This record gives sequence, structure tokens and C-alpha cells, in this order.
Amino acid sequence: MALAESPNLGKVASPDEIASWDISIGPDGAGLPPGSGTPRQGEQVYLAKCAACHGEKGSGKPNDRLVGGKELLAPGQAPVKTIGNFWPYATTVFDYVRRAMPLNDSKSLRDDEVYAVVGYILWLNGVIGENDTMDAKALPAVRMPNRDGFVRFSPGQ
Amino acid sequence: MRYPMESRVAFIECAGNSALLYQKEPAPFGVQPLHGLLSCAEWTGVRLAVLLEEAGIDPSAQWILAEGADASGMSRSVPLAKAMGDALIAIYQNGEPVRPSNGYPIRLLLPGYEGNMNVKWLRRIKLTEGPTMTKDETSKYTMLLNDGKSLQFCFTQEAKSVITRPSPGLTMGAPGLYEITGLAWSGYGRIAKVEVSADGGASWAQAALQEPVLPMAVTRFRAPWRWDGGPTILQSRTTDDSGYMQPSRSKLIADRGARANFHFNGIISWGVAESGEVRHVYA
Repeated sequence: MALAESPNLGKVASPDEIASWDISIGPDGAGLPPGSGTPRQGEQVYLAKCAACHGEKGSGKPNDRLVGGKELLAPGQAPVKTIGNFWPYATTVFDYVRRAMPLNDSKSLRDDEVYAVVGYILWLNGVIGENDTMDAKALPAVRMPNRDGFVRFSPGQ
Repeated sequence: MRYPMESRVAFIECAGNSALLYQKEPAPFGVQPLHGLLSCAEWTGVRLAVLLEEAGIDPSAQWILAEGADASGMSRSVPLAKAMGDALIAIYQNGEPVRPSNGYPIRLLLPGYEGNMNVKWLRRIKLTEGPTMTKDETSKYTMLLNDGKSLQFCFTQEAKSVITRPSPGLTMGAPGLYEITGLAWSGYGRIAKVEVSADGGASWAQAALQEPVLPMAVTRFRAPWRWDGGPTILQSRTTDDSGYMQPSRSKLIADRGARANFHFNGIISWGVAESGEVRHVYA
């Protein structure tokens, strides 16, 4: 069926108009803002903004557990998926924390704070070192342990 | 509204609907708690393709990112083919503006796709080369298989059916003629047939489908059944017009493992006791 004709009433948005909305981060790091943070700085952010829901050192309770290794996914038990043992991209952590966290005050963290707290969570999971600064260059270079853990679905699977 | 619109009926089902059926023991609940994350409505809006054509499509784009204005900015990647296909920017639901809880003022409607992908409070569509790999298409909505890998981008809610009556809570009376009735739906297209079994899957009879049978829409089926008063197990099994048949629970779990957590569409069984009580069973 042919596509209906548009009345062409759309207005081209300027780069400035788009910029403040364009908060998504691609898996290659596209969109990562200027700024940086270390796991040590992230610990302060975490204690102030995250620990109440995600527990001490990301142990979970009352909400999602953030830290934990592959053994939590071992067969024969209910899987516990954490950032460290399951998330394929570190960029997703940045994207998600910045747009959605903390739960009661989303989009309130500064970009430096997001880099820092993401670094803290990655360090707790043993994915980066305690002194590894996270920024637009370092974050997409982080190879998450479960990067190769996904298969694209095709009908019949 | 100056833009050309269309209306279509479509179901929206959460990919986590019926997830309790992955559990080892049948959860002692009825239709609504087990399978109730499902709705069907008439949606009216503008084809996303009309808007994308007007905006101009970068030739390197293969995907879109759809992003909501909710506090979490919930976002999902969708293949461009779907975006240029039947994807609708929905403005009305059942003839009235989409309600705040359902995504006012506009929501993305992707007929047949995971509920989560029908982004509510849609604020932005961005064309991208590849998927953005958001939280909800990586850490969630992926199916953990037996070999430890996870299936990703399982867009379609595959064919599924459930008997709504008799069902737990709707206790049978005396033996005699009853009408078995339920709902069937498929994200692949139209329901082609629904078969009903009153002997735990040993034999099947075709049910009548309530017309009109629409693609990616909930379809009611009905079948007469003479209950002899003895204990038995009722099941329904649907096939859609792509040829896909709803699998048994055991086949689904054999294929995907018991920890897949999403996209449970296996055959659902209700055990009828001599007393007329109906409960959730596995068969």
C-alpha cells in the first residue's frame, strides 16, 4: 500500500535544540559527553545517591544487585544477573544511570558523577582497576565479561 | 491534526507475561495473575514511515532508537524495517486520546512486538546505524539459555492462547455441556486456528474463532465440550497464519531452558477435578 502523503509541516530542529535531548550513548561510545571520574570519586557518589537502594558495595537489597560474578549465573539455580556478570557494554551503564538514576531523582547527576559512579561499579565488579579514570575515551574501551554472551534471535530458536 | 492517520487493532503484551510458568511447579493462580499482562485496543495515529520520509532517512541508518519522556527515559532500539513498516505513532486508543498511564500524548505502536518496545510518552526517534544496546535490550528482555548465552532482540510476541473459561476461580457445576472459551493472539499475524483438548493433549478439536480475525490482535475462540464429571486437563493450542504453532510447555523449556524468563508462550493447562474445581497444572 502506498504511503500516505505528508503535509510537510515539520520544522528542522537546530543542533542546539537536538543536543540537550540527545542523551543516548551508543555501544561504541558515540554521544559520551566531556568529563571524567574515578572509582574513588564514584564511591562518594554511590554512598550518597545509590547505596540506599542498591546496598553496600552494590550487594543489592532492597533493589537490584549490581555486583557479582559469573558463579551467580551457574546452572541449577535462579540466575542473578549483575552489571559485572551480564551487561555486555559499559556504555549502557553510563546511558542508563544518566537517564534513569537515582530512581527518585533521575537525570540529576552531573556527567563527572556518572563517569565516577560507573567507574566505581565497574571496579567493584573487577572489570577495571581502582585507579582507572573513566571518560569518553576509556569507557567504550572497557570490555565487559559478558560481551560475547548474546545471540541475535531468529524465528525458530 | 493535519497528518494522515490510520486505525488498527493491535494487542500489546509484556514479554514477561506468563513468566511464572517457567517455575518448576505450577503457580497456584488463575488467568489474570498468570497471563494478564496483555491488552488489545484500536490504535489511531500517524504511520512513523510518513514522518521519517518527511524528515529524510540517512542511507546508513538500519535502526531507530525510540525514547520516552518518562523519568527513566526508557528507550529501545527498533530495526528500521519495522519503523518503516507498520509502526504507528499512536495518538488515540479506542477513540480517545491515549491516557496518561498508557503513554499520553503519543506512544510508539509496534504491532506484534514486545510490550516494552511500544515506547510510551514518546519524545524522540533517532536513526542509528546499529542498535544502541540500551538497558532494556541487554540486561532485560533477553533470554538466558541452557548454554549460558542469551537470546537478544526477540522482538515478536509469538503465537499464544489461553482458556479463560473454565479457569481457576470459575468452578464448574454439574457434568454436562459447557463452552470452553479463551483468547489467542500472535505477533506474526492472524490466528489461523485454535485447537482445544479436554484430555490433557491426547486429542484435539478445532474451536470456532470469533470474527473478524485481525492480524496481531486478540482473537476469541469457543468450543463446545461435554463434561462427564471426571477429572481431566483442558488445553488450547494455536497456530497463526505464518504456520507457527504454539509449542507445549515442555518443548519450549527444552528449547530455551527454564531460565529464559521472557516470552513464555507454551501451552497452558487447567486441571479440572471431579468437584468441578479448576487449578493450574502442568501437562
